[in-house]
Amino acid sequence: MHSVVAIKQVPDTSNVRINPETGTLIREGVPAIINPYDAHAVELAVRLKEKFGGKVTVLTMGPPKATEAIIECIEQGADRGIVITDRKFAAADTLATSYVLARAIEAIQAEEPVDLLLFGKQAIDGDTAQVGPGVATRLGVPLLTYAVAVESFDPAARTALVHCKTERGIEVWQTPLPALLTVEKEIASIGRAPLPNLIKAAHYQPEIWTSVEPVAFEPDKIGIKGSPTIVGKAFTPPPKKAGETVQVSDISLKEIVADALHRIGQAGAVEFLKPLAQVNGETR
Amino acid sequence: MTEMSQDNQRIWVYLEQEEGQAHSVSWELLGAAHRLAADLPGSVVEGVLLGHNVAHIAEEAFHYGASRVYLIDDPVLQVYRNLPYGFGLSNLVKKYQPEIFLVGATTLGRGLASVIATRIQTGLTADCTELAIDPDKKILAATRPTFGGNLMATILCRQHRPQMATVRPRVLPLPQPLAQAGGEIIREPLGMAEAEVAVRLVHFMPADAGERVNLEYAEVIVAGGRGVGDPAGFKLLDELAGLLGGVVGASRPVVDAGWISYAHQVGQTGKTVRPKLYIAAGISGAIQHRVGMSGANFILAINTDPNASIFQVADLGLVGDLYQVIPELINQVKTAQQSQPLAGGRHA
Repeated sequence: MHSVVAIKQVPDTSNVRINPETGTLIREGVPAIINPYDAHAVELAVRLKEKFGGKVTVLTMGPPKATEAIIECIEQGADRGIVITDRKFAAADTLATSYVLARAIEAIQAEEPVDLLLFGKQAIDGDTAQVGPGVATRLGVPLLTYAVAVESFDPAARTALVHCKTERGIEVWQTPLPALLTVEKEIASIGRAPLPNLIKAAHYQPEIWTSVEPVAFEPDKIGIKGSPTIVGKAFTPPPKKAGETVQVSDISLKEIVADALHRIGQAGAVEFLKPLAQVNGETR
Repeated sequence: MTEMSQDNQRIWVYLEQEEGQAHSVSWELLGAAHRLAADLPGSVVEGVLLGHNVAHIAEEAFHYGASRVYLIDDPVLQVYRNLPYGFGLSNLVKKYQPEIFLVGATTLGRGLASVIATRIQTGLTADCTELAIDPDKKILAATRPTFGGNLMATILCRQHRPQMATVRPRVLPLPQPLAQAGGEIIREPLGMAEAEVAVRLVHFMPADAGERVNLEYAEVIVAGGRGVGDPAGFKLLDELAGLLGGVVGASRPVVDAGWISYAHQVGQTGKTVRPKLYIAAGISGAIQHRVGMSGANFILAINTDPNASIFQVADLGLVGDLYQVIPELINQVKTAQQSQPLAGGRHA
């Protein structure tokens, strides 16, 4: 049972701040974390390894700093970690990213067979949810998105039953392996890393892959050259003009609530409050 | 090969359907496509539809402004699977070479759009909130929130075609359907047999009633955040929502805390909503929440903290305890309803 998990190191977007004068992101002091959905994918891979034996490989494309994220995955129980890093990969959009990850996974597969490819459902910085489906398409493996549970797994028959969340409910799919899953957080809850993992991680050196070795990526398919989309401009969202704010007190409560309903009626937001608004309007 | 003249650029909209029922985002996208077409002289708005026994959706699409619908109707497409759908759509794209291709950013559409863009090797911009035609370059300028809504980015795809984008349901207005409409249906074969599709749907568990919240299309949402204090507090919000014919929403922290299910979550990682009335009770209003609800017609915010960022987007902000304000709202709404015997309650 060999799982390959693709992860991304992201800024903790709940801590991102904007410089109000320049309108740019303040990155200093913003902690880099493993994309939360990816951490749950790693956890699933570790659980499957505990149950069925085998191995967990984690893979990331990013700056050299991304080795930190790989080390955290080793702490979680991953066996092998690869950081694909090179300035030539910079400014990659999802098409260029899925090319690099797919080629890297092919190289891993050439060394040893892979049963499961795991991705978080999306990254919290870009929120595109495009890279996992792109990699599955490039590799020609079945793609199951928004997975919430692996119900059963049959290493001999090389099939799995996977629960996927859709807008209408949960679909249970039977898929041959290898397959690619993009996962929700429910797929596996993250426990505390056991001590032996921490000791292993403390000494672990992730493999560093560049744009030329051990895999020679095609230069015009990576980075900015391999990216059909470019950022035309970036800006902070224009603030909406705030309405009135009123302090509620015990004495004013009834009046303030009546006024709120009056305004809701005036705005036409609730049908049966509309006549109320007219009546109130006439009496004022 | 197909030589596309400048005056015949196709703007395509994917007509998303499941079980023969169209997703309203398809109509929202047809509306957006028409606005783009107005800035792209000579362009045409067309729908693309895949499924089995779904031709009635093409007829619906004509009423929302599609002039032509390309249809692949095949039993293999009975249940949505990204492989045959991606295969069929990619072949249509190769044959008809649309200039722009819009897909709903639903759970289904996001994966599908990515499969197509990868097969075609073109650019795809996810989760756009605004679509426009760049006046100089005459290409699609697709704007989307990034970094959790802290930054907006306008993405261009200069050389590759089609220019693809996904747009969330409810980000764009639903156009009025035309009373009289017609158009041409062009049928194409799928060219993929069932045996070529590896995955099988073995079971489907429909979301239970509590999970089936039509947040995205609700006209009234009463949403709660950490200020509600405990899971039981949502009963009060539910009572008010019920009286106003609405549903209950929630911010991410209370969903993460397990007070209410994910189906109720509004915001960047939940649903984008566009109700006529949004009542935010005890929600501080992090940017991730605001991006999901600031399109509401009227926002009433209730929070004890006068500096809560939710007040920045509220039409009316009440600084006070929601446990005082909501019960009073319930009282007065009941009174208002009693004086209007024909209205109110949980009507459509």
